[in-house]
Amino acid sequence: MTKELTVSAIEEGTVIDHIPSDSTFKVAEILKLESHGKIISVGANLPSKTMGTKGIVKVAGKSLTKEEVDKIAIIAPHATVNIIKNFEVIKKLRVSIPDSLHNTIKCSNPNCITNNEESDTEFYVISKDPLKIKCHYCERVMEKEDIRLL
Amino acid sequence: MGFKNRDVISINDFSKQDLLHVLKVAKELEKKPNDGLLKGKIMAALFYEPSTRTRLSFITSMEQLGGRVIGFASGKVTSFTKGETLWDTMKMTENYADVIVVRHPLEGAARLAAEASSKPVINAGDGANQHPTQTMLDLYTIQKVKGKIDGLHIGMLGDLKYGRTVHSLTKALSHFNPTFYFIAPQALQMPKSYLEELDRLKIKYYVEENLFKVSDKLDVLYATRIQKERFADPIEYEKYKGVYRVDEIDRSLDNTEHAAYFQQAANGVHVRKALLALVLGKKE
Repeated sequence: MTKELTVSAIEEGTVIDHIPSDSTFKVAEILKLESHGKIISVGANLPSKTMGTKGIVKVAGKSLTKEEVDKIAIIAPHATVNIIKNFEVIKKLRVSIPDSLHNTIKCSNPNCITNNEESDTEFYVISKDPLKIKCHYCERVMEKEDIRLL
Repeated sequence: MGFKNRDVISINDFSKQDLLHVLKVAKELEKKPNDGLLKGKIMAALFYEPSTRTRLSFITSMEQLGGRVIGFASGKVTSFTKGETLWDTMKMTENYADVIVVRHPLEGAARLAAEASSKPVINAGDGANQHPTQTMLDLYTIQKVKGKIDGLHIGMLGDLKYGRTVHSLTKALSHFNPTFYFIAPQALQMPKSYLEELDRLKIKYYVEENLFKVSDKLDVLYATRIQKERFADPIEYEKYKGVYRVDEIDRSLDNTEHAAYFQQAANGVHVRKALLALVLGKKE
């Protein structure tokens, strides 16, 4: 008898697929799922033809905000977002890094005014691959490893 | 783009045409000082950080054009110490002044100040980030001394890692087909991001440790001091301060035709007069 672990389909909600395995829990963190009262399935290190291994996050009863999609795009630039209704995928979209990021990222420069006075943050994407962004205020250029999400 | 009500925050906001226009107006005002041009106008000089040359140069510029100056010369004497935010100070100051000049120790402060204020804001230095009026006066000095800006061989000497004037001037000169020589010990060399940008723009540059290897190739040598206040780690500063003295240039050079640095200080007034007149709409 073969034993198989099944992850149940969700009736309504969002499935984020094609997450790099090591970013799976970061996606869960972005979506602040610890306080979400409905079904959540998180799968990591799943086999993938294109990625080797991948992660999937399924969340019932949740649709994503623009800020959440932008944040996911930064850590999982090849992720897909599937919107589910009545157990069917009604919309499938690929995340993409926008040209500017509003209140999504914390500036890595401790002397930036945004880290010292209450204010919004704004970054311009100057290169998508490799990811490079520039702070609208202090003009520091940050690479992917410097990026901290708000 | 017109200059009336425009903020002067970063050299990156100015095209080649914009920069040449500022230099042209500065030259006009140097030749023909227009004493009453800014009569009835008030400039607020909000200096949260010490400055001698920049502050005096702005005050002189405004007063020579017939305007008046209000403000402070240290963050210690303001409501800043009582916890007032920069945003609120700007909202208050815009009621008193027609133009606001800000120097602040934090990077990005000038951009935030400009967003808060409905009156034009001129950045007089925001931490290690930008000091655009310094860059414009450097361009003006080079143009005046060499008779042109295009196609020059420019040496940058000193702390190229932290020196904001070096970064801004490199960016501004990139419009003018230069060849750069970056002269500094490895640990204080130009940041990679600036060199990558020069590669992208196909601008020729050389990275060198020894000034004397390249000195005969240079049209201009731009020398900066090692700025103690920009080093996060005082031990790192101690390590390098001996490489260049704080007074890097020997006094015996002062009275030779090779020294442009006192002229540079005088040029600050012409350039700042031009910017004040432009943003206040008194020069087209």
